[in-house]
Parts: sequence; C-alpha cells; structure tokens
Amino acid sequence: MRFATAIIIGAGQSGLAMSRHLTDSSIDHVVLERGEVANSWRMERWDSLRLLTPNWQSRLPGYAYDGDDPDGFMTMPEVVRFLQRYADVSGVPVATGTRVTRVRHTEGGYEVSTDQVSWRCRALVIASGACNIATIPSLSAGLPHQVTTLTPLQYRNPGLLPDGGVMIVGASASGIQLAREIHASGRRVVLSVGEHVRMPRTYRGRDIQWWMDAMGAMDVRYDALEDIERARRLPSLQLVGTPEHVTVDLNSLRKAGVELVGRLVGLRDGKAQFSGSLANHCALADLKMNRLLANIDDWVRTNGFNERFSAPQRYEPTDIAPDARLGLDLSDAGIRTLIWATGYRPDYSWLDVPVLDRKGRIRHDGGVVAAPGMYVLGLPFMRRRKSSFIDGAGDDAADISSHLRLGLARAAA
Amino acid sequence: MTTSLSTIDKVDNGVNVTALLGARESLQQVPEAAQFKWRAACQWLNGTHSRSVIGNFFGLGAEQSRSKTFAVEADHPQVFASEDHAPTPVELVLSGLASCLTAGVAAVAQRRGIQLHSVKATLEADMDIQGILGIDDEVRNGFGAIRVHFDIRAEASEDDIKALVAQSQKRSAVFDIITNPTSVFVTVN
Repeated sequence: MRFATAIIIGAGQSGLAMSRHLTDSSIDHVVLERGEVANSWRMERWDSLRLLTPNWQSRLPGYAYDGDDPDGFMTMPEVVRFLQRYADVSGVPVATGTRVTRVRHTEGGYEVSTDQVSWRCRALVIASGACNIATIPSLSAGLPHQVTTLTPLQYRNPGLLPDGGVMIVGASASGIQLAREIHASGRRVVLSVGEHVRMPRTYRGRDIQWWMDAMGAMDVRYDALEDIERARRLPSLQLVGTPEHVTVDLNSLRKAGVELVGRLVGLRDGKAQFSGSLANHCALADLKMNRLLANIDDWVRTNGFNERFSAPQRYEPTDIAPDARLGLDLSDAGIRTLIWATGYRPDYSWLDVPVLDRKGRIRHDGGVVAAPGMYVLGLPFMRRRKSSFIDGAGDDAADISSHLRLGLARAAA
Repeated sequence: MTTSLSTIDKVDNGVNVTALLGARESLQQVPEAAQFKWRAACQWLNGTHSRSVIGNFFGLGAEQSRSKTFAVEADHPQVFASEDHAPTPVELVLSGLASCLTAGVAAVAQRRGIQLHSVKATLEADMDIQGILGIDDEVRNGFGAIRVHFDIRAEASEDDIKALVAQSQKRSAVFDIITNPTSVFVTVN
C-alpha cells in the first residue's frame, strides 16, 4: 500500500491538466492510467477520426499546439503525440499500465485498489473519461443473430465490416461520420435519425468552433443555465474534422445516397421499426442551427465587425423524403451490420462509494462530487460548455485544484 | 436562452407554467409518482355507434377522481352504411392529436414568454380503405400519412412560432403514440 495526497485516475487531457495544477500547488500526487497516456485516444477511436476542434483550440495549462496548421484537425496519432508530449514536458507522475479495480472510502480519504500496487489518498480526482461505454438501447435485444453489432468504440474502418449493408443508429458526430465513410466504401447505409444538432463546419469564413469561442459560448458556466441537465444531455454536434473542412449534414448524406429513416423504436421478428417523427427532429435541428447563426450575426453586427467577415448565409432546410420508410426487414434489405452510435457514458463499475444517482450518473456540483475530497473532470458541460473538450480541461482543472487545495488546508487546520 | 419568471408572468395563455415546473421538479425526486394510468370504458350502442365514458385515472401514487365523467361517442358515416351519430374513431384520433399539439403550443408559448392571440390546427389524414375492407393485405388499416397545419397569431417571430410547434411535437404524448409503435394487449372475459 502506497500513499499520495491526491490520486488522479486517468491520463487524458483532464488528468494531465489536473496534474499540472497540483504540481504548481506542490501537492504530491500520482496519475493512475490503465494503459498509456491518452489511452482512449489510442485504443478506442476509428482509423479516420480527427478531432472536431481545430488545432489552435488544443490549449492546455502551459502548453498549446504550435505546429504550422492551426486551422487543421489532428488525427488520432497526432492527438496521442500531443498529449504524450504534454505529459513529458509537464513531468506528470503517471503510473501507466495500472488499472483501478476498486475505490472505497477510508478514514480521511480513499483506498484505491489497482491490478498493480494499491494506494491510499486524501483526495481523489476521477478523470477517466465521459465515453468509456457506448450506450446501447434495450431494444437491441430484439436484433436477429445474423446481424453483427458494433459500437463506434469497436469500429475501425469499413474494410473490417462483414460484407453487406449497414444500419447506423444515431446521427450525431459519430453516426454521421461513420455513415459517410461506410457509404463511400460502396455499401448500402441506412441511417436512423433521432434528436440531433445540425451545424455547418464553417460559417462566414470561420470555423464554427471559432465563433463559439470568440462569442464566449464555450465559457458559459454550468450554474448560469436554467436547465443544466438538458444542456448536459445534448447530443454531440454533427461535425467532422477533415483537411477539406467539409460540412456533413443529413442533406449531404442523403444526396450521396445514404438512406435516412426516423429514430429506431422497435426490433421485432427481424424487422426494424422507425418513428414517424423524423420530419420534426429535422425541423428542430434546423431551427436550432438558425438560432445559433442568428446569434453569430447579431454578435458581428453589435461589435461592428461586419467588414471582417463574409456575408451572412442560411442553409437549405433538411430535406426529408416524404415516404421515409417506417419499417425495414433487415434480412431482405441485406443489412448485415448494425452500429449503435447512440451515445457514450462513463464507467464507474470500480467506484464503491455511494455517489451515483438512480441512472448511474455521478452526483456532483460542477465537478465537486457528493463525497468529501472526491472530484470528477471532463464530463459534458461539467463546469463550462467546453468541459469535455481538450480546450476545457485547463479551466476546470484550475477550479477543481483550488477547491481541492482549500479542502486539504481546512482538514489540516 | 434564459426566460425569467417575470417574462412568463407578463404573458397569459391561461397555462399555469409555474405549477407545471413545480410538478416537474418534485417528480424528479419521486419518479414513482410519475406513473399514470389513463382509462376509458366503451359501451356498444347499436350498429357502429358506441359511447365511451371517461372518468377517474391513476397518478401521483393514488386514484384521481373527477367531479364528473365525460362521454365521447363514435360512429361511422352514411357512406359506410352507418347512421353517422358521431365522428369516426379515426377522426377522434385526429382530434386527439390536434388537441395534444395545441395544448403543447400554449404551454411552450407560456414557458417562453410568448403571448398567443390565436391558434388553429387543421388536420388531414390519408387512408386507403382497401386495408380495413380486407381487399388488399398489403395496404395497412391505418393512416398512410397525417398532415397538420398550424395557423398561429402570436407576438413572436416566424421562427419562434415554428419552434413552438416543433417543441410541442417533441413533448406530445399523442404525437408519440401515433409516430411510434405501442404494444396493445386485448383480453376477453
């Protein structure tokens, strides 16, 4: 059994940023990492994936992208190198290959069991990620056995899929990217579309993330919203990072030949059933996108920046075939693979402290967990809209490390 | 994005949003109380004519009784060789959808601080009656499609009014019942 004042679980952007702040405050700590630094980025991403945020936006405490393509989007190997270099230059005390198997409360702190040496600590920071497990709806039980199922955490590239058609459930960032590349590989692709957030990659000559950043939208705090739970549940933006800065939306997918259907609401006798709500889901997304674009235009006008950007523009409403199918016999349609792109959630199976709510979510107030000295980082809209972004790790870690430091000081007093 | 309570109070669509928000808040703490059961009892009168009586329901953990019961009749029109005493059941379904969406528009408008002046929904549904007559097994019994048109006068922009209608669909029970499958279990004494 070893001791550290603070233990951070996970050496991704959040854990590394937290370590940096604890080092600056001279708080002895260790980062326990099940694999290597940036493990999820190494092991749980498909081959073609690039970050959805431009390179300039990869900013961490005391460290930022300094390459020659600030507007580009990092590939996964580039993200891994970026974070590994951060860990190296920050001298992060990381114990790699150390999987946490159990955390329980002890006198004045926590005991952290691992598959290596076990630890005790006074403060615990959970930075193990928001996307450990792909969420699969319970109706998946009705899927015929002949259909191979995958999640985006397992998917690598179209060449590794069984022959035949592919149904993708979910049209957020993962779903639209997979639909695009799997269809481009020459397969039939059916994309099941529920609630989604439509977004152009660029607007008035700038990346959409640039606008959100410039307008301060990424810094909006969790306690400034009327309904933070809704904001936290918001699906990821329909974005893809490509060297060409392309916008992928339902219109472009449909024109390419991807078949759009409503939300998957039933699987029975080899048939998939789709909701008749597709038109409304698309209308909601179009209206929401147009509200954001109107906010951007207002911001430009109010600040007198009209001359600096190209003219405002609006995009074609999402065009849904009026005869979008409500059912599909998977076998007749040659669907051999189904990919659940229906969201992700954290894995707390090792956490033996009663801090989860009835839906298995960790109870916290801006990352301060409902147990003394316990913190969480990197969850969607945890303290700010950017909390789950690489760019958001620094500010959240700064807040959480001050809270942690004060807690230690109070305990010592 | 934030609508303050004072904005909500300034408009009056006759919806007690404060009470609804309060209910939402308390049901988050006690999700069991959110389990409701809705009921109707239907009596055959003659021919295709029937009368449903609607009274108590279950909710908030207890039987909820009303001060009165409601009767809803249904029949078929003369082109179906019936006596047309009342609307057809499928027309009542359209009425249910219209009323649900309209109530939703009013509630969402109140919540968003939008004063409504008039809301009118017009509905039309396609049906190929070869289905119900058993002429062609490939034709479904129910609607092929439903079209709803809203004509809304309100103190809001065109997009804000569209957003009211979209949000109303998102939160509508009848819209969900119609657009998504539901298991139906029928027993006989």
